Amino acid sequence: MNNEIIYSVIAIGIGSIMLIMAVIAILNNKLSVAIIAAGVVSLFASVLFLLMSAPDVAMTEAAIGSGLSTLIFFYVLNKIKRQNA
Amino acid sequence: MLRNFLIALVLASFGFIFYNLYNSYEPQTELTGIAAHYAENGASEVGAANLVTAVVVSYRSFDTLGEITILFLTAAIISFFLKLSKEDEERVIIHRGTSELLKTASQLLIPLMFLFGIYVFINGHLTPGGGFQGGAIIASAVVLAIMANPNMTINHNVIIWVESISGVSVVLIGVLGIVLGGGFLDSTLDGYGLGEFGTIFSAGTIPIIYSLVGLKVGAELSNILNMYQKSQKEV
Amino acid sequence: METLELGKIGLLIGFLLVIVGFWGILQQKNIIKIIVSFTILNTGINLVMVALGYVKGHTAPIIDSSVSQLENHNVLNAIVDPVPQALVLTAIVIGFGVTALLLAYAMKLFKAKKSLEINDFNDLKW
Repeated sequence: MNNEIIYSVIAIGIGSIMLIMAVIAILNNKLSVAIIAAGVVSLFASVLFLLMSAPDVAMTEAAIGSGLSTLIFFYVLNKIKRQNA
Repeated sequence: MLRNFLIALVLASFGFIFYNLYNSYEPQTELTGIAAHYAENGASEVGAANLVTAVVVSYRSFDTLGEITILFLTAAIISFFLKLSKEDEERVIIHRGTSELLKTASQLLIPLMFLFGIYVFINGHLTPGGGFQGGAIIASAVVLAIMANPNMTINHNVIIWVESISGVSVVLIGVLGIVLGGGFLDSTLDGYGLGEFGTIFSAGTIPIIYSLVGLKVGAELSNILNMYQKSQKEV
Repeated sequence: METLELGKIGLLIGFLLVIVGFWGILQQKNIIKIIVSFTILNTGINLVMVALGYVKGHTAPIIDSSVSQLENHNVLNAIVDPVPQALVLTAIVIGFGVTALLLAYAMKLFKAKKSLEINDFNDLKW
């Protein structure tokens, strides 16, 4: 029973970080900052999945959502910067 | 001005819908309906300890089949879009020198990452993990190799063969389910081969199907990432 | 302690992320920023689905020694709902595929017009 309350407090903290990062991702004008912020949202979402007893989903989200997605965003960003210069 | 007003209107209506959904949500205290059936009979009917795997590979394997088809289509369309011309193909990517640390560490880590990916999808029916996670881990190993040496070429034929053979094998095992079991993609094969619950050789064809799915997903994700890497050659 | 329930917190965060993602898609004019908002929307929807399957105080849907040694084998009171988790599992992989496809389109569009602002793509506008 006590564990549940601790988990809830952790979830509220993680959730507020996620929301702040999401707003940063949308309002910041630098594309690289926006991409990193979206990656952080995914990473903390995977922690939240783990707290909600979904380890399978947490593994997938950590590997694909925050790892590979962020990477292909940076490939595209690099290419666009190179073509702009 | 009008645009901002309309955006605010759309968001407010979404907020209204979500507020009502949130208010009417009552947390469940016990499993009911189809989830209760899966929870009570999953171990005896399918034999997989991880019930998520049981749902993904056995009870709702049509979903998984459609999903790997969608992933295949995505990889095909991306290859079509990012196809390079002949002279671009031979160009060398000019990059800042890769650090010694990354090169040495990648040589140590890549075999371990491959091994871990294979472990994750072979044990998909016992522990958290499975084909999708294992495939993603294998793709991460490929990405590390590409990052350590940006001009590395991955043999395209290997990826295509791994992908097609595992895709066809999944469907063939599904057809085997019609012959020996209760229907297409039935993993139990009429009670044979369920094995001892909780060991690695158990749960019928689930470990085989999930390993094939893992190889297919790993090959497809590696293909997508390799395409993006190659597109950097284009000026 | 009614509000401090993990399932409700997950649901609330998921809904808020969905709204933030929609706001980004509607308000931004840069194509890459729209795709970033799309990934946030995707994460929010996955969070909502997992939170709907959560049952208070229950463990992950894996029948191991800690679950099967319960008195009178009552699995129903021990694990959370496996079905939404299975759906989200496939949804994440498909989300990655869709994001990769969107980025490939964005690269093509940039090559055509040397710009990422959607206001510059007005060929079909009259």
